[in-house]
Formats: sequence, C-alpha cells, structure tokens
Amino acid sequence: MARSTARYLVPLGIFMALATLLYYGLSLDPRKVPSPLVDKAAPAFDLESLTEPGKRLNGDILKGRVSLVNVWASWCPSCRQEHGELVRIAKSSDVQMIGFNWKDERPAALEMLQAYGNPYFLSLFDPDNRAGIDWGVYGAPETFVVDPQGIIRHKRIGPIDQQVWETEILPVVEKYRPKG
Amino acid sequence: MRFRRQPTALAAALLLAATLAAATGASAFTLEEFRFENPAQEQEFRELTGKLRCLVCQNESLAASQSDVAQDLRLKVYGMMKEGKDKDAIIAYLVDRYGDFVLYEPPFKPSTYLLWIGPFLLILLGGFFLLRALMRKKSVPEQGLNAAEQARIDQLLAAGEDAKDPAK
Repeated sequence: MARSTARYLVPLGIFMALATLLYYGLSLDPRKVPSPLVDKAAPAFDLESLTEPGKRLNGDILKGRVSLVNVWASWCPSCRQEHGELVRIAKSSDVQMIGFNWKDERPAALEMLQAYGNPYFLSLFDPDNRAGIDWGVYGAPETFVVDPQGIIRHKRIGPIDQQVWETEILPVVEKYRPKG
Repeated sequence: MRFRRQPTALAAALLLAATLAAATGASAFTLEEFRFENPAQEQEFRELTGKLRCLVCQNESLAASQSDVAQDLRLKVYGMMKEGKDKDAIIAYLVDRYGDFVLYEPPFKPSTYLLWIGPFLLILLGGFFLLRALMRKKSVPEQGLNAAEQARIDQLLAAGEDAKDPAK
C-alpha cells in the first residue's frame, strides 16, 4: 500500500517542486542585473559639473559622508517619476545626494532641475557615457549608495519611491553613516 | 543635436537597407561604421561583440542591438581593440563592470556548476531509475491465478458460451 502511494506522490512532489521553482523564476525581474561593483571602491571618475560648467569633480566628493549617486537623464520618464521623492529625501535626510547626469544634453538637464527642483548637492555631467561604462550603468535611473570611504554598498536599478527609500536604501545609509 | 539632420533620400535609402538587413537577421552593424586595419581584426570584433550581451535588450548581442548603450559599448570595445588590448582583457573589462551577465555563455565556476553539470546529473539520475525499474520488472515472478479468480473466469467463460448458443 505504502509503495503504490509513493508511486503517485513522488512524481507529484517533483512536479510541485519544479512548479514552485519556475513560478519563483517568473516573479524575478530580468532587468535587475546584480552589479559586481557592490562592496568595491567606486570607479574613479573625473567629470565636469553639470551646474557649474568648467568645474571638474572627481571621486573625492564621495569621501566622508554616505552618498547617493543617482544616475538620471532628462529623456528618462522614470527619472522624472522619482524626482519628487529625491527632492524630498534631499530635504529630510543627511545623505549627500550626487546627481550623475547621463547621456543627456546640458540645457535639457538644467531645464528639468529648474522645473522640478534640484535635489543634488553636486551634479556630474557625463554626456558621452565615459564614466557611465566604468560604473556599469546600462539604464536610467540607477542609484548607488556609496559609504564614507568611497565604497559602493548598494545599487538600486529603477526608480525610487518612498517605500524603496524606507525599506531598501535608508537601512544601508544608516548602516554606513559615520558614528558620532 | 540628434534630430537636427535633414532626412535626405540617401538617408531614407540607408534606413530602408538597414531595416531590411535587420529583418533578415543579419547581425551587421547598421547604424555605424567601424574601420579595421585588416579582416582578422574585423572578424575578432564581430566575434567579440557577438559573445557579449546587450544589457538593455537582453535577448540581443552587443553586435545586433540598436540600443544607444550597446553602441557606446561597441565603441568602447572598438577603442580597446585599437589600443591593442586582447580579447580576454576586453571581456574582463566588461565583466568587471557589468558582471557575468554581459556574457552569453556563463563561465564555469562554483556558482554555475549546477547550471553546467545539472542536466547531465539529471540524465544520469533518470538512467539510473529507468534501469532499476527495468531490472525489477524482470525479477518479479509471474504469478498464477488463485482459486477464486480461476472460478470467476470459468464462470464468465461458461456464461459466454451460453449467450452464443441461445438454443441450448
């Protein structure tokens, strides 16, 4: 009796296991490619400032504070979608918000900051994707959490809203915030 | 800037040609031209960009993708080749930044052992169970009918005989 029960239950079990695995696979977002840069030093860069043409900015701006490096562009609808939340975070949090304007044109970018507010403490300008490739950027928006030593601790792909900020990003920021 | 160019007949013809080339599945670069010193270098470039995945259009290789980021990466690969970097160095450069995902063929390493060996393990496992089932079938002795079953068969056969011959 036990034998014939097993004969039906084992294939059923295997089927259920496979179905669960495949169902889990369906729930994953193939766009979320894990970044190999997490827990590594932020790639070096030397870019012009978006807001102050001629001024050069490099990796030193990331030192001493937890920074959010937000990759954005004026042509990117999801960036516009998250912009309000970034402005709110910049006002309410001590995190250093760095804009990484990517594959964009300066007038359009400045116009967007003018229209929707500028959440960025500093703005990098990378119109031809020079630093973007080093950072492994393949779309906008992407947001990196960089610790005070300049090490990337988290990468968010896709827009940030209040829930993402509170559950995904803020805990990382708090973990690496300098004590005292 | 990107939209300033006037559409001329030539551009339209090129676009048409590009569309047709793409439609026939050619992995030719349709929107740009790269100049190579020799055919071997061009061959290497095609091979390399064919092995790399476009992260924006994930089912396309870097060679086939029309996305803007793919174009940037092609230029980067092209630039590195011009600098004399070899294939492995270029692949390592991209993997360092974009992860193994940028490769169509995942590397053989601990996190991918299951991926590479799994199918063979499954075949072996299936073969094992199949063999075992076959062996067991052979070893089960043929069992005769017991008395009650024999009696029932006799009864049914007899009933059949009666039905065939209503005159009886």
